Amino acid sequence: MSKKLLEVRNLHAKVEDKEILRGLNLTVNEGEVHAIMGPNGSGKSTMSGVLAGNPAYTVTEGEAYLHGVNLLELSPEDRSHEGLFLSFQYPVEIPGVSMVNFMRAAVNAKRKYLNEAPLSASDFLKMMRQKRAIVELDNKLASRSVNEGFSGGEKKRNEIFQMAVLEPRLAILDETDSGLDIDALRIVAGGVNKLKTDKNATIVITHYQRLLDYIKPDFVHILYKGRIVKTGGPELALELEEKGYDWIKEENDI
Amino acid sequence: MSNSLTQYISLFEENRDLICGNSAPALNAPRSEALAIVRSSRLPDKNTEGFEKTSIEEMFAPDYGVNISRVNIPVDVAASFRCDVPSLSTLLAFVINDSFHPTSKLESKLPEGVIFGSLKRIAEEKPSLIEKYYNTVAPAENPAVALNTLLAQDGVMIYVPKGVLVERPLQLVNVFSSPVPLAAFRRILIVLEEGAELQLLVCDHTQDRDRSYLAAQVSEVILGEGSRLEVCSIEESSEKTSRYSRLFVRQESGSHFSFNSTTLTCGTTRNDFSVSLLGEHCETMLAGMVIGSGKMHVDNDSDIRHMAPRCHSNQLFKYVLDEESKGAFEGSIFVAPGARFTEAYQSNRNILASTTAKMHCKPQLEIYNDDVKCSHGATTGQLDTDALFYMRSRGIPESEARTMLMQAFMVDVIDTVHISGLRERLLHLVDRRFSGTLGDCAGCRSKEC
Repeated sequence: MSKKLLEVRNLHAKVEDKEILRGLNLTVNEGEVHAIMGPNGSGKSTMSGVLAGNPAYTVTEGEAYLHGVNLLELSPEDRSHEGLFLSFQYPVEIPGVSMVNFMRAAVNAKRKYLNEAPLSASDFLKMMRQKRAIVELDNKLASRSVNEGFSGGEKKRNEIFQMAVLEPRLAILDETDSGLDIDALRIVAGGVNKLKTDKNATIVITHYQRLLDYIKPDFVHILYKGRIVKTGGPELALELEEKGYDWIKEENDI
Repeated sequence: MSNSLTQYISLFEENRDLICGNSAPALNAPRSEALAIVRSSRLPDKNTEGFEKTSIEEMFAPDYGVNISRVNIPVDVAASFRCDVPSLSTLLAFVINDSFHPTSKLESKLPEGVIFGSLKRIAEEKPSLIEKYYNTVAPAENPAVALNTLLAQDGVMIYVPKGVLVERPLQLVNVFSSPVPLAAFRRILIVLEEGAELQLLVCDHTQDRDRSYLAAQVSEVILGEGSRLEVCSIEESSEKTSRYSRLFVRQESGSHFSFNSTTLTCGTTRNDFSVSLLGEHCETMLAGMVIGSGKMHVDNDSDIRHMAPRCHSNQLFKYVLDEESKGAFEGSIFVAPGARFTEAYQSNRNILASTTAKMHCKPQLEIYNDDVKCSHGATTGQLDTDALFYMRSRGIPESEARTMLMQAFMVDVIDTVHISGLRERLLHLVDRRFSGTLGDCAGCRSKEC
C-alpha cells in the first residue's frame, strides 16, 4: 500500500474576517493525482494558499501534515524545503531579479536545509538546461527578470520549470490551465506528467474538465463553501462538465 | 535666539592670520566679503523653506574643532581604504579631513596639462586659474557658501584642458581622522574645458567611529562646451558624522553631466545639487540611492535650472529606509521662458521597510514656456508582499528574499553608473549593505577584498 503524503483534517481558515475554509478534509497518497473542482469562490485558491503558507490567510482550526510533518508550524520556505510546491494561478513578476539568481537562491537554500553543499556554477547551469527542456522553456527567458514580460503561456511553463528544478513531493497546480491555448496546455501538462513518479503526488485545481484530459486524475473532489462535498473518480469531472455546479449547490444549500 | 555662525565668526576673527597664513592669497582674497555676509546671515533651520526636515543651524551648532594650524594628522590611508574598489584602476588621492594627499607619482600618471591636486597648492602656483573660476558658480551671498569661503584653507582642484580625455577615472577618498571632534571645510573646484572628458569617483569614510565629525563641503563644477563629466559619490561614514554638501554646476552648450550620489551609511546628511544649463543641447543625469537604517537621516535636494533651449535632464532618486531612519527628497525643475524644447524628468521612488521609518518628498516644477516635455513622479510604499511570498514559496528564506527585492529595486539607479567595473562593485556593496555585512570599514580589510 502506498504511503500517506498529505493529510488535511478539519481545516478552517479566514482572510481578514471572512471565513473561507470551513472544515476541509483531504488525504493524498504517494503516486496519486487529485483534482479539485468547484464553483468560483468555493475556496480552491485559499486552500492552496493556506497549505503553502501565504501570510494573507489565518488558520483558525484544524491540521495539515506533509509526510508526517506539521505544515502549519513551518514557514513558507521550510514547507518548500519539505517538498511542497505551489504553481501560482498568477505567477508574480519580479523586476530586477534575474531568473538565474532566483533559481540559484532557491536551489541552494533547499540544499542548505538538507545539509548539502551548494551546487557549483557549472552543475547548476547544467541542471537548468536539463530542466528547461522538460517544458521547452526558451533559454532567453533564463536571463530575464522573473516573469517580467513573459506571456501567459511562458509564465505557466516557467512554473512547471521551477517545479522540475525543485522536485517536490507534493505539487499543487492552481488553475495552471487558465490563460493557456491548446498547445501551451499540452506542453505544460506534458511537463507535469514527465515529473510524475510513484513517490510524489499532484493536486490539480481547475474549473474545467479540459485539463483533466491531459493530466489524468485518480480522484476528483468538489469543493463548495470551504469543504469537500463530493469525491469520485474521473467520471465526476465529466458529470460536472455536463451538468454544471447547480446540482451540487442544490444538494448542499438546503 | 542662538546662532551657530557666531562661533565660526569668532574663530575667524581671533585666528585670521593663522587661517590666511596657512592658505593661499587667491583663496584669502574673498574672505573679507564672505565675513561680511556671514555676519549678517543665519544658516537655514526647519523654519526655512526647503529645509523643513534638516536644520543646518543645528548641524553646525556643536563645538567642533577646526584644524586651522594645519596639524598633520597621520593616517595609514593606503592600508585602510584602497581595497574598497579592487577591480577598478583609478588615479587615487586622499583628503584627510580637509587636506589633500596624493598617492605616490600621481602627477606623473596624469595626462599632460591635467591637474588633480591640492587647491591651496594650485592657488599658490597658478593663482590666475583660481581667480578665473573660484567662487564663480556658487552664489557668494549664500550663508553656507560664504561660511565655506571664509574658513576653507585647502581642498581639491581638478582641471582638464581643452580636448583632453582622461582615460583612467580619478578617485578621491575623503577620510575623517582626528583625536577630537572636528569640522572640515572642504572646497572642491572642477573645471573641464571645451571637449574635455573625465570620470571621478568620490568615497567618504570615517576612521574613528566614536568621534563626531562635520563635513561642510562646497563643490563648484564648470563644464565647458561639449565636455563630459561623470561623478559617482559613495558615502560610507559613521553615525556620528554630519554632512552638508553643496554642489553647484554650470553647464555650457552640448556638455554632459552625470552624477550618482549613493548614501550607504551616515549620521545626518544633507546633499544639495544645483545645476544650471546655460547652453543648448546639454544633458544632465542626476541619480541618488539611499539605504537607511538605525537613526540615519538623509536629505537630498535638487534644483535643475533649464536656462537654454533643447536641453535634457533626468533625475532618479530611490530610498530604502529601514528601522528608524528618515529620508527626504525635494526636487525642483525650473524651465526659463526662453528654454523651449526642454525635456526634464524627475522620479522619486521609496520603500519603507519598517513601520518606524519615515520619508518626506516634495517634487516641484516651475515651467515658463509651452514647448516642453516635463514630468515628475513620487511614490512611497512597502516591499511587494506578493513577490516576497512567491520567493519564499520557492524556498528562498525571507531575509534573503527581502535583500534580493531591495537590491532589485536599486538596480536602475546603479545602472546610471558607467565607470567601468564600478557598477559591479556598487551592486556588491549594496548587497553587503542589505545583508548587514557592511557598516564597518574593518570589513574592507578582510581577505575578501
